[in-house]
Amino acid sequence: MSLRQCAIYGKGGIGKSTTTQNLVSALAELGNKVMIVGCDPKADSTRLILHAKAQTTIMSLAAEAGSVEDLELEDVLKVGYGGIKCVESGGPEPGVGCAGRGVITAINFLEEEGAYDDELDFVFYDVLGDVVCGGFAMPIRENKAQEIYIVCSGEMMAMYAANNIAKGIVKYANSGSVRLAGLICNSRNTAREDELISALAARIGTQMIHFVPRDNVVQRAEIRRMTVIEYDPTCKQADEYRALATKIRDNKNFIIPTPITMDELEELMMEFGILEQEDESVIGVTAAAEA
Amino acid sequence: MSQQVENILPSYPLFRDDEYKENLANKRAEYEERHEQAKIDEVFQWTTSKEYQELNFAREALTVNPAKACQPLGAVLCALGFEKTMPYVHGSQGCVAYFRTYFNRHFKEPVACVSDSMTEDAAVFGGQKNMFAGLENAKALYQPDIIAVSTTCMAEVIGDDLNAFINNAKKAGHVEQDFPTPFAHTPSFVGSHTTGWDNMFEGMAKYFTLNYMEDKTVGSNGKINFVPGFETYLGNFRVIHRMMKEMGVDYSLLSDPSEVLDTPADGTFRMYAGGTTQAEIKDAPNAIDTLLLQPWQLEKTKKFVQNIWHQPATAINIPMGLEWTDEFLMTISKLTGKPIPASLELERGRLVDMMTDSHAWLHGKRFALYGDADFVLGMTKFLLEVGAEPSDILCNHANKTLAKSSTKNLRCLALWQKLANPYRSRFMAFPLVNVHQ
Repeated sequence: MSLRQCAIYGKGGIGKSTTTQNLVSALAELGNKVMIVGCDPKADSTRLILHAKAQTTIMSLAAEAGSVEDLELEDVLKVGYGGIKCVESGGPEPGVGCAGRGVITAINFLEEEGAYDDELDFVFYDVLGDVVCGGFAMPIRENKAQEIYIVCSGEMMAMYAANNIAKGIVKYANSGSVRLAGLICNSRNTAREDELISALAARIGTQMIHFVPRDNVVQRAEIRRMTVIEYDPTCKQADEYRALATKIRDNKNFIIPTPITMDELEELMMEFGILEQEDESVIGVTAAAEA
Repeated sequence: MSQQVENILPSYPLFRDDEYKENLANKRAEYEERHEQAKIDEVFQWTTSKEYQELNFAREALTVNPAKACQPLGAVLCALGFEKTMPYVHGSQGCVAYFRTYFNRHFKEPVACVSDSMTEDAAVFGGQKNMFAGLENAKALYQPDIIAVSTTCMAEVIGDDLNAFINNAKKAGHVEQDFPTPFAHTPSFVGSHTTGWDNMFEGMAKYFTLNYMEDKTVGSNGKINFVPGFETYLGNFRVIHRMMKEMGVDYSLLSDPSEVLDTPADGTFRMYAGGTTQAEIKDAPNAIDTLLLQPWQLEKTKKFVQNIWHQPATAINIPMGLEWTDEFLMTISKLTGKPIPASLELERGRLVDMMTDSHAWLHGKRFALYGDADFVLGMTKFLLEVGAEPSDILCNHANKTLAKSSTKNLRCLALWQKLANPYRSRFMAFPLVNVHQ
């Protein structure tokens, strides 16, 4: 099997890193060789695999050494649960420098140093929620991730974000081989959430690849800096991640998305009662005027 | 080959030798991938057709890749005009090599300018560390009295904050708290070298005067300030010095690189020479007025002079040509009450004589002009004065207001010509000005 590179996008705080690490653990359990590349200056994409607070990142090591050229792969690549290889791109503190450039530098470094070896079955890029500049699109540039999974929930802003990310993918998909591979619903226990995300997926032209229910065991595992798969392999939630992993392994549904307009998205939300019909008569009316 | 020592042929006779003819024909046939003669003729015929003419005249831009310099280049020149000042560019190294090379080639002088050499890690984490080490090293190595900081694209794109970085460097003790470090953000992708000059000058003026305005009174030192803008002809600085001395006017030329960029070859290397002193720039708000010699490119400076120094910044045009030089000298005379001396009047007389003497060669000749906004305006004015016709005026960093201003000049010309000579009225039928941004 040739190397499959997947990127995980989604609104900030939606649970990308947790989902990715549980998913990757399940894939490893199924016998796959996997690498996670964290593309977020917060560097929290590998802590559950490594049982670490935060992995030392490529960029922080580069800053210490003076230049990326002075680094070696062993310095930045750590192996954790299930033989999963972990790297974090890292980046500056909030408010200074350029985090996007950090992602570009780190991924170039990994390529040059041969991190993507023939042994690997999967590489997962866990990308900062707000794709604020070109640097965070680095993982989906040519010859990198070809499958994109968007983590979302039935909340309004998560769906907006998912649709916006789909718009971004179209730009790269038309000129390259990157494809949308599905929405992962990370449940927030909102009403008719699975139906809603399935409907959204259908409108964008893709699938809801799996509905991950909410379960406190995820938090219990996280406190112990572990994935559910490792912490309690017998629990129900572990099976959910295994199901997700199997579906992704067998996934053949790769498409160029057809993002919908803002109006269409709002209509969809109204249909499911998330958004109420807008009362245009109140727009721009102050409290004083209303009284 | 066919050259002989006793009878060395110049190029054309030489190239007509059989040997050369054969050689060149061979080269053309074997290596140049030349098109068939028939194809060449066909294309030539097409360029004489109506279709081609229409395509040609429909073009809106003269060039798609104009020669254009960038903001920090201007900032460096501005800084070089101050006494013992080291221009310091916060950003990557190649940019600074370009500024130095560019000025080296023009002035044929070594140009002192440093960079804090931001590399990949600085691009990601921001360049504060570079600023710390850079300021400390630059001061220790080159012992300037002022370090004038500007920026390259890289630092601007990642949003490095000069004010914060420089203050942090001082707090951390890399340079003394009171060491002068004027600065200006000069993103290369905004404006051009003239914008950068203006920004750096504003930075200088801010650093040395903004917080020291309480004891300043306009006119109290009896001086006139001159701000030259991006000016690379050193003779223009010297003529200002000479004219003011002849007039007996006390003045400050704010940014004057005419010494440091023209040091004598006497065996002594001078990293710093001449230039506007700190005392002069600090005293500038006390002057009667500040005249901007290239007003089009000194927008920020003008605002600063008017709003902070509370001087009128009396409007003048670039002192080029007869009328605008008159205007310049008369403005100074009016502001200072000093009459224009006989020596300058004599010079003016010679200029008018020269203009009339040369009219036989210049009158009615058509010119195309290309350059910075103020320069092309001044040159247009001068050409009009000698009866020449500037037909196309190109400036790659101007705006619509400039186009209007040039057009106004040219309309006057066209009108005058129509009155004076009805046979030349065809000039009106053509586009009068063609200014490209």
